[in-house]
Amino acid sequence: MTTAGAARPAGAALERYEAVIGIEVHCQLRTESKMFCSCSTAYDGARPNSHVCPVCLGLPGALPVMNRRAVELVLATGAAIGASTPDATRWDRKNYFYPDLPKGYQISQYDLPLAAAGTLTFDTSEGPFTVRITRAHLEEDTAKLVHAEGPAGERISLVDFNRSGVPLMEVVSEPDVRTAEQARRYAEELQLLLRTIGASDADMEHGQLRVEANVSLRRRGTEAFGTRVEVKNMNSFRSVEHAVAFEIERQAAILDGGESLRMETRGWSDERGETYHMRSKETSDDYRYFPEPDLPPLRVDAAWLASIRGELPELPAAHRTRYRDALGLSAYDAAVLVADADAGRLFEATLAAAPGLEAKPVANWVTGDYLRIRNAAAGPVRVDPAELAALVRLVADGSLNRTSARQVLEAHAQSGEGVEAIVGRLGLRQISDTAALGAIVEDVLAANPAAVADVRAGKAQAIGFLVGQVMKATRGQANATVAQAAIRERLDAGERA
Amino acid sequence: MTAVREATRLLGHELATRLRTGELSAREITLAHLEVAERQNHALNAWLVIEREKSLDEADAADARLAAARADGPDALDALHPLLGLPVAVKDLVSVAGGQCTSGSRIIDGYVAPYDAHVTERLRDAGAVILGKTNMDEFAMGSSNEYSAYGPVSNPWDLDTVPGGSSGGSAAAVAAYHAPFGIGTDTGGSIRQPAALSGIVGLKPTYGRVSRYGIVAFASSLDQIGPLTRDARDAAALLHAVAGRDERDSTSAPVPVPDDLLRLPASDDEAAAWLEGKRLGLPREYFVEGMEPGVEARIREAVRALEGAGATIEDVSLPHTDYGLATYYIVVPAEASANLARYDGVRYGRSVRLPGADFIADYLATRGDGFGPEVKRRIMLGTYALSAGYYDAFYLKAQKVRTLIKRDFDEVFGSGIDALVAPTSPSVAFRFGARTADPVAMYLSDACTLPANMAGIAGVSLPCGLSNGLPVGLQFIGPPWSELELLRFSRGYEAITAAAEWRRLEPAQLTQADDATGPTPAERAARLAAA
Repeated sequence: MTTAGAARPAGAALERYEAVIGIEVHCQLRTESKMFCSCSTAYDGARPNSHVCPVCLGLPGALPVMNRRAVELVLATGAAIGASTPDATRWDRKNYFYPDLPKGYQISQYDLPLAAAGTLTFDTSEGPFTVRITRAHLEEDTAKLVHAEGPAGERISLVDFNRSGVPLMEVVSEPDVRTAEQARRYAEELQLLLRTIGASDADMEHGQLRVEANVSLRRRGTEAFGTRVEVKNMNSFRSVEHAVAFEIERQAAILDGGESLRMETRGWSDERGETYHMRSKETSDDYRYFPEPDLPPLRVDAAWLASIRGELPELPAAHRTRYRDALGLSAYDAAVLVADADAGRLFEATLAAAPGLEAKPVANWVTGDYLRIRNAAAGPVRVDPAELAALVRLVADGSLNRTSARQVLEAHAQSGEGVEAIVGRLGLRQISDTAALGAIVEDVLAANPAAVADVRAGKAQAIGFLVGQVMKATRGQANATVAQAAIRERLDAGERA
Repeated sequence: MTAVREATRLLGHELATRLRTGELSAREITLAHLEVAERQNHALNAWLVIEREKSLDEADAADARLAAARADGPDALDALHPLLGLPVAVKDLVSVAGGQCTSGSRIIDGYVAPYDAHVTERLRDAGAVILGKTNMDEFAMGSSNEYSAYGPVSNPWDLDTVPGGSSGGSAAAVAAYHAPFGIGTDTGGSIRQPAALSGIVGLKPTYGRVSRYGIVAFASSLDQIGPLTRDARDAAALLHAVAGRDERDSTSAPVPVPDDLLRLPASDDEAAAWLEGKRLGLPREYFVEGMEPGVEARIREAVRALEGAGATIEDVSLPHTDYGLATYYIVVPAEASANLARYDGVRYGRSVRLPGADFIADYLATRGDGFGPEVKRRIMLGTYALSAGYYDAFYLKAQKVRTLIKRDFDEVFGSGIDALVAPTSPSVAFRFGARTADPVAMYLSDACTLPANMAGIAGVSLPCGLSNGLPVGLQFIGPPWSELELLRFSRGYEAITAAAEWRRLEPAQLTQADDATGPTPAERAARLAAA
């Protein structure tokens, strides 16, 4: 298998080919207990096989009991993506053998998903983009296989059933995605949505959000789908983008060479920066789905659905629109504040702490300096909303210049000391009062007749020297703009006199 | 020896009375039954394990409960369940914590259940004594108990014949007085048919009446757990103990269990009088071609007796009955093929590991080695019926026909018929090997019982005489939740035939069954096969 694509310039393939990409996302739902038993889902870091029972171990005679909360979280997701939900659905058995599947079948949903036909809209560098979502259904997670070495050095596989039976939502998109960036952004936006509605913690590193991309190419101007390759094992949003970009180039190189692709599943290697063959999919699997006889059909009555809809919080798209339209924030600030829950909280709390404060500068401070400080810090960083409000006010009324304000914010974030106190201690308050600056200006003009003459002769840059002298005389506390205006005014007045 | 013999001959409710009067203790009762069971297991092979120590501990606990209640007064004594201190034979697919649960299969040989089934919990609550686990067709697939991985079971009426199946061990144990109570499961007739062939009472409750939690699943949408006893009152008491909603089985129904199950009339006059004016339907499709004349004769006599007691008998038709067998053998294997997928050797039971092979090879080896031929046959049938391209033609179609079968019953019961009366099995007990060579002949054993499973309704089989010296079973089939009525019909029939000669007969070969040096059932089967 060629990997020539790696050397090609990124994006070149898309001049000749259109990428057709569908995305499947599996996410663990945020419930206290597992999908069909009462075992706790809080197994992170726990001893292997410590969160298990007859049901999630698939012991003889064990029976599933549906977790209603998990169903609600899928219904909430469906409502959030504008999907429709059937009045009655059911559970189906998906039959296949694998050591991580204790019953030899997975309880899933086949032809009646809890949510169907929704959409997800997000921003990209090329503007807003909408992906249609085919379906979202509920199933149970498998156990975790750990490959190890046995006592005699042989290869063995260990099974940890702590994950077995955790509620898992599968969200399948239509093949609407066309670029690697869209693929990444789709996954990011879905994560944000799931976190916003509390459906999932959706942490990719913890396997709570697993993204698979089905990538195929077709020559521009043609309609028929090309041969599809499934790409998995992407552990971050960056790898999603890189893997899809790599796969587009790889497939283009093969097609350019006159060869054809084969149906296969490929994994993504972050280390090697390439996808690799995992298994071929020449025959389609026959999962022999049939209705799960151990669980009655599931009725979703209108009242239940309505109450779930009613409890939905403001969704990210509406949130961003409100920030832009009602608060006048830039699209960038709105996106950052909605996507970063911590930054969003600080923004909201700051506005709440200082009624009447203009939102735009607060947003700038939060998305700019606050995030810079927070992301660079080793430990947690705490900025008091009331102090941030005070800082923004000082800048707004000219009492603090931006450079000093940055310094103050850093000091506050580090020590928690109040903004006013820091400004006073460090003597950072600007002298913006013309009267207070008047005497100093007089002294500077008197002491620098040559510069005054230059200004009068039309050498504009000489005024900068005089402002510098004022700054020097005030040890930097003068408001430079005010000082310059005062010098100009004094010299103009002198001319007229 | 005589005292022992007498204690085992008593019915459950008779033992319960003697326990309360102090004539017998639970320990004495348990010891008596243990003695017979242990002595006869060589000849009958009804038990896969007899739990002497545990059952005596349970008996002692029952005696302690009894003593405490006696000290507390008559109300406390009345509050005790009729099953307290009485031995129960439990089919080896019911999970009993700390004990084996082979389901008659080699593939889970060595598995120890870490938890109690719902039924087990309810038996413990009632204070019953679990005497041991009984033999069965592997994963309850069979009608003769010949498909057990642990050898066939002999019918105490004729040791060369089968006791029926799949609950053959429980049926033989109850028929041979090893226990007054037996637990069986019925997916297509596995309680009623062995009850018929062994000359005892067997009830299949309405689907959803008894929780399946902890019962090794065969076909989930049909499996039900029910009693095997020697009379209707005991069947009612055992059903009362184990029935009712259980949150752990989502298909168990929130339907109240009538306490009147504990108050079936003791008086024959009262029981017989209840039959007066009842409407019984005689479904013509159940008098199948190939039914043994002796069976049909006994059923017709029983119908006449019921008529004589004041019940009206009406000819009715269940037109889709003929499709029952075919649809059953699609739906049931389909569900079974999935239910049995968990036996893969990864977590428990038998496991074949081939050095250097991948796990698929290990699966194939484990399952190839661990499952018997009938189980493999059904897994193949079911896998085929669910396969892409065949699903609609087989599984989906069968489910639609199942709806029609159910509608047949709905219409008959909707017309005012209280219950149907029919044969349980078209034949009496057959010889070892008579049907194992022909799966379809074996499947036909259940032609009269499986429609009730397909429809999810209740049915009971009770003895109605002998044909060629072997028991014939009479079946009552009723609408959902009609167990109490079916048991009243049964009790009424017992009352009007109380004086019948055949009621005095014990299984004809009990004496031979006492011989621990004679042939085992497996040896008898081998000898018959050679002949």
